[in-house]
Amino acid sequence: MAEKTISNEFTKGLWSENPIFRQLLGLCPTLAVTNAVVNGLAMGAATTFVLLFSSIVISSIKKLIPNQVRIASFIVVIATFVTVADRFLAAFFPDISKALGPYVPLIVVNCIILGRQEAFSSKNPVFRSIIDALGMGIGFTISLLILSSIREILGNGTFFGIPLTGAWFKPWLIMILPPGAFFTLGLLMGIFKYLDKKRK
Amino acid sequence: MELVAIFISAILINNFVLHYFLGICPFLGVSKRIDSAFSMGLAVTFVMTITAIVSWIINHWVLIPYNLDYLQIVSFILVIASLVQLVEMFIRKTSPPLYQALGIYLPLITTNCAILGLALLAALKNYSFIETIIFGLGSGIGFTLAIVLMAGIREQLDMADVPEVLKGPGIALITAGIMALGFLGFTGMLK
Repeated sequence: MAEKTISNEFTKGLWSENPIFRQLLGLCPTLAVTNAVVNGLAMGAATTFVLLFSSIVISSIKKLIPNQVRIASFIVVIATFVTVADRFLAAFFPDISKALGPYVPLIVVNCIILGRQEAFSSKNPVFRSIIDALGMGIGFTISLLILSSIREILGNGTFFGIPLTGAWFKPWLIMILPPGAFFTLGLLMGIFKYLDKKRK
Repeated sequence: MELVAIFISAILINNFVLHYFLGICPFLGVSKRIDSAFSMGLAVTFVMTITAIVSWIINHWVLIPYNLDYLQIVSFILVIASLVQLVEMFIRKTSPPLYQALGIYLPLITTNCAILGLALLAALKNYSFIETIIFGLGSGIGFTLAIVLMAGIREQLDMADVPEVLKGPGIALITAGIMALGFLGFTGMLK
């Protein structure tokens, strides 16, 4: 029984409570950085890192935080880990850091992270919070990968920077421009809803 | 001339919602009716302009002189959170009608990524004090324009026959895509 609920804790982030398609959280980075698979992967990894470590810290000190100032305390913890991620990317992956621009610091206001702290970590033990954070983080990363693969293949004819299509394929420039992001996500949401309905 | 260029580009070309994808949550959440969308836009414009001023002062008088650039994220987010609280209390005391109009939208703004994005982008672009104010004001107006247009379209959409699976966020995102397509047309306006 206990084992089953723990695996539920993990898989709910992947499908039934998927942050992007189900809860519509964290849409700003989703739309902004998915013009190339590398950027989507980096953003997913950075967000998962911040989510995981903030969940660990917050669920361990949850008894010390007075209820009135909990949101402010959460934000300080999150901002600290975001700074770590931002500096790390700038030092080791300067190209990616440049491509992501202000969107790495903006992980602070990504509603997924604050939402999980408020809804989960501040009420559950450390281990469960880790599982929950991993599930949500991976669910978010996979969604980013799907979106960025579609956009990069159609918009640039490449995947991970490797050319996929021959010279006959004329890339749809619009897919890597802002409108492409909106169209792709909108259609994906429709498909997601359709699959979900069929499953029932 | 430079200032006019910054102003116009913040409203039309580098529109916060349709180009930078900042503030998508209120853009989708509060765009069901025109009047509430307009109030939200006003509140955002107001807070953006003040944030632009305050974050510039903190960045240039405190963080840069003492080489504390790496504290930008933490200090900006704390400043914005407390600023919104202060603005809310100030408006409630001084101007009840304005408070009525902005009401519940003010606290929501703290978690609006457009505000933090504005502070970070202004710091990244190295704007002067005056340029930062113009940038903040223009971005706010651009946000208002986008959200009011969106609300107008969505009011019409309510009566349209939208495929079942696309109802709600799906069709809203596709509409936003078409709007972004239209706004791309402004790119040629300024070199």
